[in-house]
This record gives sequence, C-alpha cells and structure tokens, in this order.
Amino acid sequence: MTKALIVTLRDWWEAQPEPPQISRVHLIVGKFTCVEPVSLQFAFEVQTRHSFLAGAELAIQETPLIAFCHTCQQEYTPEIGIQYACPSCNSPMEDIRSGRELKIDRIEYCSEPTPTYAPNL
Amino acid sequence: MHQTFDAALGINLLHANQAGADHNRSHFDQWGITCLNIMSSPGAGKTVLLERTLAALTQQLKIAVIEGDMTTELDAERLRQYGVPVIAINTGRSCHLDSKMVAGGIHVLEHKYNPTEFDLVLVENVGNLVCPAEFEVGEHAKVALLSVAEGEDKPLKYPVMFQEADCLLISKTDLVPYLDIDLNQIAANVRQMNPAATIIPISAKTGEGLQTWFDWVQAQVLARNTVSPGATVT
Repeated sequence: MTKALIVTLRDWWEAQPEPPQISRVHLIVGKFTCVEPVSLQFAFEVQTRHSFLAGAELAIQETPLIAFCHTCQQEYTPEIGIQYACPSCNSPMEDIRSGRELKIDRIEYCSEPTPTYAPNL
Repeated sequence: MHQTFDAALGINLLHANQAGADHNRSHFDQWGITCLNIMSSPGAGKTVLLERTLAALTQQLKIAVIEGDMTTELDAERLRQYGVPVIAINTGRSCHLDSKMVAGGIHVLEHKYNPTEFDLVLVENVGNLVCPAEFEVGEHAKVALLSVAEGEDKPLKYPVMFQEADCLLISKTDLVPYLDIDLNQIAANVRQMNPAATIIPISAKTGEGLQTWFDWVQAQVLARNTVSPGATVT
C-alpha cells in the first residue's frame, strides 16, 4: 500500500514542470479500508528515505464508516467487525457514505526543486 | 526564502495501480477475454478450485492461468497437467498481486500465445484476506473463497474483501459435519455488507456446488462475449 502511494505521488511529482520539494502529504483514509494509518506512517517514513519524498510528512485524516439505510431513510454507523446491517431494520449495508476513502487530499511543497534526489523508488 | 505551495489533488491513493488495472482490462476487452481475480486466505482451496475448473471447462473455453500464489513450482505444475498456459508471477514476499505484476503476465500471454484465442484468464491471487481486496489487477469480477474451517466471523472481520466480492465460494463443505459451523450464518454475515454477491457452497472433494460455480463462470464469459466490442459490463 505504501509503495502504491509512493508510485502515485511520483507520477504527480514527475508531471510538474519543475519537480518540487514535497514537505507534507495529506491523506484521507476511511475506516472501512485495508489501511492501518500507524503502519502506513511507519512504512512511509522508512521507504521514502533517500528519495524524492525524503523528509516529507504524512498527515492522515481518518473518516468514520457511515452508511445510509434506504428503508429507514437515515444514516447509521456500522460497528466494524461486529455489525454492518442497519441496527433499526436489519437491511444490508448497501450505501456507504463515508469510510471507503483512500485519497491524497493535498500536497504541500516548496518551489525549490531538488535536483540531488533521483526518483529511484 | 522558499515559498510554500499547496496543491489540492483529491486523487486516489491507489491511482497508479488503478490506472494499470484499467490498462490491463482494456487488453482483456480487446482480446475478448474475461478475467476473474480469485482471492482467499492461504489454504482455502484456490489451487484445487482451479484444478477442478480447468478439468471441467477446458473443452468449452480456452483458459489461461496467471498464478500469483506460488510457494513452489509444484502449484503451477499441478495446473499445467490440464494443458493450459500457466503464467507464474514472481510475487516475492508481496502480500498481494498488483496491476503491474499482472501486466507482466499479460505481456507473456501476448507474446508467447495468441491472446485473441482465449476466453478466460483466471488470476490466482496471493493468499491474504486483506490487501488483495484493495488492489484491482484488471479483472472483470472478483471471486472470494472462504473455507468452512475459517469460521463464520471472517466476513465481519475482513469486510472489505467480502464486500468487494462478486462471487463468494464457501469451500470445504465436506468438513461441516466435523465442525461447529453454520453455513447459513456465514452467508448471512456476507449478506450484511454484500447482498448482491452470488454465494455458492462448494466441496472440491465431494463435488458439491461445483456445477453451479462452472455455470457462474460460463455466464460471466457469455455476458461479456454477447455485448458489443468496447462496451463495459459491470
């Protein structure tokens, strides 16, 4: 997952007219995904050393799992690992309104390019 | 003084993998191939399922296998006995296949064989109930296996896999008499988050449910072959 994130960031970085120095990457990670933010933080730090992302911080904002029940016409919060169906009417969780995000929200960077680092990841 | 900028991206973290998966799928579509991504925890019975599937369907369909879950060459040799190309991908210690690895398999299919002859590519993913669920490889449908010995609660604990699956095979049903397991409860747990999935209890040992699975596979191939070229089946 970390590698996938780095590849996506590298694609963006290489597409810039002057590859910038990335200082912070803001992610939005839903609770209903296969990403564990603590592990991602750690792996990101280790895997970006000596790369175009060296020193870049990862800021992860987690979003809760929220589903919408069309029978009851209301939102509810499924209990991950325990119960996903609507607690009022038992309808299946079909419409996830939040929690499935795996998004690079924004990137903070400096104008100064970093010619010394090769994107060798 | 450096000036700091802020670029709003709003792109998926897996954007690069997704782009690769879409590219793979466009190859499959161009060649008239249906691709199924087969996922489960280690030991749920992916390889034996492939064996039974190849034995039953190689008369009707031209099939190739992209084998990611390979601890030894033995798995691939088991499958090659059925006379189909088995393209082994060296996944190293990866816990899942990604679209780039599968692109390597597609490259072999394109250059060593005539890809337009094939109807079906079965991708056997790395045994893992977590990561493979997030990494599309270019498949048209996802198949998850859960063996009865793993317990009824697994769909609740690994929900993304079971929510993403188009077809869930509950495997090793021949073991049910020896276990405290309720097949209906497994199905009910999956239905909580995925009411649309096709759920088929199977046993590679007794043959239970296999014909239903073969019919499902053939229906997937047929559905894609009867639409006009370029159209997408979802």
